[in-house]
Amino acid sequence: MSDARPKLIGARVQRVEDPRFLAGVGRFTDDIKVAGLLHVAFRRSDEAHARIVSIDTDEAASKPGVVAVVTAQDIEDLVTPVRVESRMKNYNGTTNPVLAADKVRYVGEPVVAVIAESRYLAEDAAELVMIEFDTLGDVTDPEAAIEPGAPLLHEDNATNLIAERAFERGAVDEAFKNAAYSVGGCFRFRRKSPCAIENRTYLAEYDQGKRSLTLHATTQVPGLIRDTLAETLDMPGHKVRVVAPDVGGGFGGKASYYAEEVLVCALARKLGRPVKWTSDRMEDLVSTSQGFDEIVEAELALDSEGRFLALRADVTGDVGAYSIYPWTATVEPVQVVSFLPGPYRLANYRGRVRAVATAKTPLGPYRGVGRPISTFVMERLVDMAARKLDVDPAELRARNLVNEDEFPYKAGSGLIWDRSGFQECLAAARSSIGYDELRREQAAARAAGRWFGIGIASYAELTGIGSRIAAAPGMPINTGTETATVRIDSTGSVTATFGIASHGQGMETSLAQVVAEELGVRVEDVEVVHGDSDGQAHGTGTYASRSAVLAGGAATVSARAVREHVIEAASHLLEAAAADIEVAGGTISVVGTDRRMSFRELARAVYSEVGRLPREVRETIELEATKMYDPFFGTTTSSTHITVVEIDPETYGVEFRRYVVAEDCGRIINPLIVDGQVHGGVAQGIGAALFEEVVHDETGQVLTASFVDYVVPSAAEIPNVGVIHLETARPDNIGGFRGMGEGGTIGAPAAIANAVSDALAPLGIEITELPVTPERLFRLIEQARKNIEKTEA
Amino acid sequence: MSETQRIALTVNGVRHEKDVEPRLLLADFLRETLGLTGTHLGCEHGVCGACTVLLNGDSVRSCLTFAAQLDGAEIETVESLGRVDQLNDLQQAFREHGALQCGFCTPGMLMTSIDLLNKYPLASDAEIREGLSGNLCRCTGYQHIVDALRAVVKARNGGAT
Repeated sequence: MSDARPKLIGARVQRVEDPRFLAGVGRFTDDIKVAGLLHVAFRRSDEAHARIVSIDTDEAASKPGVVAVVTAQDIEDLVTPVRVESRMKNYNGTTNPVLAADKVRYVGEPVVAVIAESRYLAEDAAELVMIEFDTLGDVTDPEAAIEPGAPLLHEDNATNLIAERAFERGAVDEAFKNAAYSVGGCFRFRRKSPCAIENRTYLAEYDQGKRSLTLHATTQVPGLIRDTLAETLDMPGHKVRVVAPDVGGGFGGKASYYAEEVLVCALARKLGRPVKWTSDRMEDLVSTSQGFDEIVEAELALDSEGRFLALRADVTGDVGAYSIYPWTATVEPVQVVSFLPGPYRLANYRGRVRAVATAKTPLGPYRGVGRPISTFVMERLVDMAARKLDVDPAELRARNLVNEDEFPYKAGSGLIWDRSGFQECLAAARSSIGYDELRREQAAARAAGRWFGIGIASYAELTGIGSRIAAAPGMPINTGTETATVRIDSTGSVTATFGIASHGQGMETSLAQVVAEELGVRVEDVEVVHGDSDGQAHGTGTYASRSAVLAGGAATVSARAVREHVIEAASHLLEAAAADIEVAGGTISVVGTDRRMSFRELARAVYSEVGRLPREVRETIELEATKMYDPFFGTTTSSTHITVVEIDPETYGVEFRRYVVAEDCGRIINPLIVDGQVHGGVAQGIGAALFEEVVHDETGQVLTASFVDYVVPSAAEIPNVGVIHLETARPDNIGGFRGMGEGGTIGAPAAIANAVSDALAPLGIEITELPVTPERLFRLIEQARKNIEKTEA
Repeated sequence: MSETQRIALTVNGVRHEKDVEPRLLLADFLRETLGLTGTHLGCEHGVCGACTVLLNGDSVRSCLTFAAQLDGAEIETVESLGRVDQLNDLQQAFREHGALQCGFCTPGMLMTSIDLLNKYPLASDAEIREGLSGNLCRCTGYQHIVDALRAVVKARNGGAT
């Protein structure tokens, strides 16, 4: 193979997707036009926990343009509600209704669907539905909800505790007893909304002749939704097709199975007309799965040298009203406990987690899942310890991060870290930002009375998870494999078909890069097909930083298989030994000669020009391969974030002075895309740390149902982020890629919490609750000043 | 149903005469009545900026503007910019700098950028960021969008910053 072959993997290739989006001709679900379309509007619960006494739909149904008004009773025979089970011990599942039947369990739960000739008319009529509720007891505080006698959300479970799990390794209590130091606290990470800018939209078409259903959906997981609809609608899988066209962001919020999704399907089948629901933002902020939301009590023990001895933690996750399908309610809080020991050497660990149902929007996966919280807590403990021991926080991390010679390292929760640049990321971030100089700058700023802080966060994450480990513990599906088909058709064009569903990650480009390099064609020669359940027999989609690793791996093995056949065919057609055939840039040639042919010529010779190949050869040539890839365990991605902030003494706003991320995501496919993923992830982490919070009052009313109240950061609040890529050692998965879609969001809240704490260290303030909004900061600072005055008095 | 009102307006250089309900939003007029689905709706309450279009040269939220207000108006949407095989300098800069990921907020970002480039010197990144602060993007973290605008400003100034 010639070294002159251009390397496509690793190249800053401009994205294939961009022109259509830039010209306004992308095709998002809501852009699809079909004749005879009906529109759905929901009447949702405005009570958090209440019995439905009566529903009066007469007036709504009588309005012109209204085709049907549907309640739970009307769809009983059309849809089977999903029962969300888990193989996890100590788990109590929930049955998730499509429309609330006897009672409602959160504000925003759909109760009545109005189907009309236009969205305007459907919304008008939905206002006219009369629902009488009988309010039941409040179930909003997760700690109160598991007290004896608390009102029950799911009576048949006889408890609001959905799941409980504990990990233990080593002699934790003994280590604490013998420790020179310990630090601890109660940490709170508030609830978030994923807030993709495109709201959820579903359009179902039912072909009565073929008795088949097509759902166009804003989903990250079309294959998974197909599998689920086949069950809940009782249809064979080949009669159900789920297509995710262009999808405007997901971040986990479009990775679960939704009531609205199956309802439009059931209605299209029943009414014989296409049916669409387009969410508005208010609905999105109460009905799309939400993220994070945990209370964590944690304690870290250290020896006199600052070596970490033991960690113990108790996590209470507020998981909302239902266990979400297919991930279950454990997806978020259990990950907190699994990842809490972080990238550190820690022999003794005990973690307990309880997932508690409350009368709030169901919790689901949101970018980072669990790890933003585990990293926040662990990294805060590290900084608290550094302060207690009077050791520099970077130095304390360096002493405790797993070293190169210790991989693979089994963490206290049982996770296994493979070789990744734990120490290298810390060192690179330190040197890139000029850490030592910054500390001097800080001393000067502090002397001048400024609130100037430096925050570090180191973490590791498991990405590209294979079949050995469930993406969510005990869930009922396999997320550890992906399949790719690479095909050269009779015109010589290459199509690569996947089960993943890109929704902003640029997989049409990065997977084309992988296929092009492995097959020997140009990026523009490869058409990537994704986001269609018909593409592969099984494929679960794009989430959990898996697509580069799993689909990239499947693309590699499939393309290599096809390349073998291209070479074999070419060796006959060009009359040369297979070893002398070179395939590059879409041209097949014999090394050292001018004999060459294009893919078009090769395809024509194989498929169309009968007799060009001897029959026994032709029968062995397959210009198409479908291969599954399973990384089995998964890969370890690691990173260190360092940020410098200053707090405005007038507004209590946190202003960024610097931000750097050093990360090891293995072999990079496209640096333009990787940088963008880091920037975007950090921006969401900044939102989580400083601005974003879903607020419920004590009765469960939502106080943040618009973008005025739920604050997503704008360009004015987000700093430039410097990104340093390290590739310490290639992981042994095919392709050598590590996942990196979520890391920015995992590291940022912790780094910012540490920077803000560092800025306010002169006041003795430790940040234990996020988001640290100006109001929270104001209160903390006022209280600290009062305490100082009291002490001085 | 409400009575309709006749409006005559120009959209992307094409004149249209339509009867519209007084409550019909400009965004829905563009998307549903004219089939110009490049303009997207992200919040329908005037915060996210995805629906931004130009009205007589000024950026406006098409989710907060009624079509019935627009008799005699000139509207420009993302479809008025370069086509897929002939992107204009702004679109090309967005592509080169990775200023879009899912592409949903992009039409609004582009239309806001046009307004900013027409009216302000955009001498600093802070000024660009302030100008873009009415448009939410959940994917990019904005940095590449700022880079793209910076590049356009520079190129339009003949290479000087």
